[in-house]
Amino acid sequence: MRCESERCMSVLEVQDLKVYYESVWGGYKAVDGASLKAYRNEVFSIAGESGCGKSTLVDGILRLVKPPGYIPSGRVIFEGTNLLEIPEDELRGIRWVKMAYIPQGAMNSLNPVIRVEEQMTDAIIDHGSMNKEEARELAISMLKEVGLPVEVARMYPHELSGGMKQRVIIATAIALKPILIIADEPTTALDVIVQKGILELLRSLKEKYGMTVIVVSHDMAAHAQVADRIAIMYAGKVVEIGSIYDLFEEPLHPYTKGLISAIPAIGKKYVKGIPGLAPSPLDWPQGCRFHPRCPHAKDICGEVEPSMKEVGPGRHLACHS
Amino acid sequence: MDLEGTSRAILEREKIVSQPLVETKNLSKVYKIGGGLGLVSRRTIKALDAVSFTIPSDKAAITALVGESGSGKTTIARIILGLLEPTLGEVLYKGRRIPDWLKKNRMEYLREVQPIFQDPYSVYNPFYRVERVLEKIIKKFKLASGKAEMREIISKTMKDIGLRPEDLLGRYPHQLSGGERQRFMLTRILLMKPRLIVADEPVSMIDVSLRSIFLDHLTSFKDKLGVSCLYITHDLNVASYVADSILVLCHGRLVEEGPKDAVIGDPLHPYTKLLVSSIAIPDPRRRWKEKTDLTSIESFEELKIGEGCVFSARCPYAKEVCKQKAPPLAQIRSERKASCFLYSDFE
Repeated sequence: MRCESERCMSVLEVQDLKVYYESVWGGYKAVDGASLKAYRNEVFSIAGESGCGKSTLVDGILRLVKPPGYIPSGRVIFEGTNLLEIPEDELRGIRWVKMAYIPQGAMNSLNPVIRVEEQMTDAIIDHGSMNKEEARELAISMLKEVGLPVEVARMYPHELSGGMKQRVIIATAIALKPILIIADEPTTALDVIVQKGILELLRSLKEKYGMTVIVVSHDMAAHAQVADRIAIMYAGKVVEIGSIYDLFEEPLHPYTKGLISAIPAIGKKYVKGIPGLAPSPLDWPQGCRFHPRCPHAKDICGEVEPSMKEVGPGRHLACHS
Repeated sequence: MDLEGTSRAILEREKIVSQPLVETKNLSKVYKIGGGLGLVSRRTIKALDAVSFTIPSDKAAITALVGESGSGKTTIARIILGLLEPTLGEVLYKGRRIPDWLKKNRMEYLREVQPIFQDPYSVYNPFYRVERVLEKIIKKFKLASGKAEMREIISKTMKDIGLRPEDLLGRYPHQLSGGERQRFMLTRILLMKPRLIVADEPVSMIDVSLRSIFLDHLTSFKDKLGVSCLYITHDLNVASYVADSILVLCHGRLVEEGPKDAVIGDPLHPYTKLLVSSIAIPDPRRRWKEKTDLTSIESFEELKIGEGCVFSARCPYAKEVCKQKAPPLAQIRSERKASCFLYSDFE
């Protein structure tokens, strides 16, 4: 994207990232050459169905891939530094401080026998340069920030509902005012009304602090509500990127088209699924990975893998058509 | 699908019985929790509180039972399936109590009322090939006379569901994706030709691109075979797609009931209003207008069910009376019921 202004500066750039897992059946190519850019002050969504590599991509970005997983190639540029090359202690100075992560099911990661306040201050002290009292004050002000009453600080996780726990996690994540937050499936397993509240809260982080928020989810409706831009993943690759309006109004990739018309929604007359099944990461189809399910597949699609091209302002697409 | 013949046979049989298919009367269920070793104080939780509704038998329909987690949706499903006994009240299937069915006509009931569970993995025994779930019922209900016929029936039925027998038969449950396992369950349904399907969040483990295919099968069972369905979900987008009518459950009480378009287009109960306004519409041009006040959603006071309206703590229209007694589920307009004092002058 050609853009010089402050807002368009990329905060995170992923270049041809690959994350593989060793398994007894062979290499499991969970993420197989994914590229994307997230800019300053935006909500960037990563969408895709189960098994497409969304969560593994996030692990790769944060360098959290553990054996038998490994990163054979690729670059993750965060504010000009390639995170995959820097030493571990330098990375520790970036995690939580500049880049926070809300993993999938994070609300269940709270320690059940420790009060909320202590869990929050531990994280703050560990990564910041604050004393206990300052950290405690910060923790409480963060709880207020996410709409929780201060009493929550003295409570144990089991006294809180799922939505409240998720907000405690968000409060901890934003305490050190990172410039990038990555939330993996932040609303899964929450009730509809709470989901709405959590998504609005994530969006408000962008509006209030100018943070970049990356929301990873399978839920296209959630993306439609919060995102500025969106990347669609299929079979370990990013197949399309665009502004949320462009992508929903004029999807270009046949998979994106199928995905959007497959969502049951109120007032929607025409809903149609995509026949066939998602391929296995052990054996991606040759050529375009969507071609066995694609209604517009041509000969070339089964032979040559399409590369990601810019097809319009801010629009990227990997498709031969 | 060549199913019209069976469909007619089912309808013929129905004419004799003019009772509603399912009728729940003041269904209540209380769970006792805690009390173990005397360390934790014993508490009771009212999962269901006097829930009454009917599923008519004159016309096959999909009834969506919508509610948030903890609202008692699954408890209702388990009671209808005979897996749980209600604390109070009863469920009548074709005018007869479920315990009577299970005692006297067990096989008939099990055949007519079929479940689809949320997690299709737990249905299969991981040590056996997937077709065993079908072979077992074919033997038990004597649907085929020999092995060859059995294999033929299985293949044919799978094709009707759009599954390829050569891809799935002979495989073990872990080799199938969640979507395949769940659609394989549809094969079981089609083999059994039930009268009622009780489906508890059946698509939550299926990929979005395949969900509508699953839901379309339920609709075609309804249209072609006359199979009714109680569809339990928290997702109003799905409910609006698949259902004919909607029941809304809030903390164990039925708060609203009516035809799908009416309930979603013009919700009566304040809880339904909140629920409908919170739906994420998959269209960036139709974003939420009003912000949710997170602080008001969850109060620490556990809702005391039994005295006032279950929603009174969160209701913007709550009056004094709402905190003292529970509003009954009353007819407000034709085909529409809600339990709210806002409409008490309609009575």
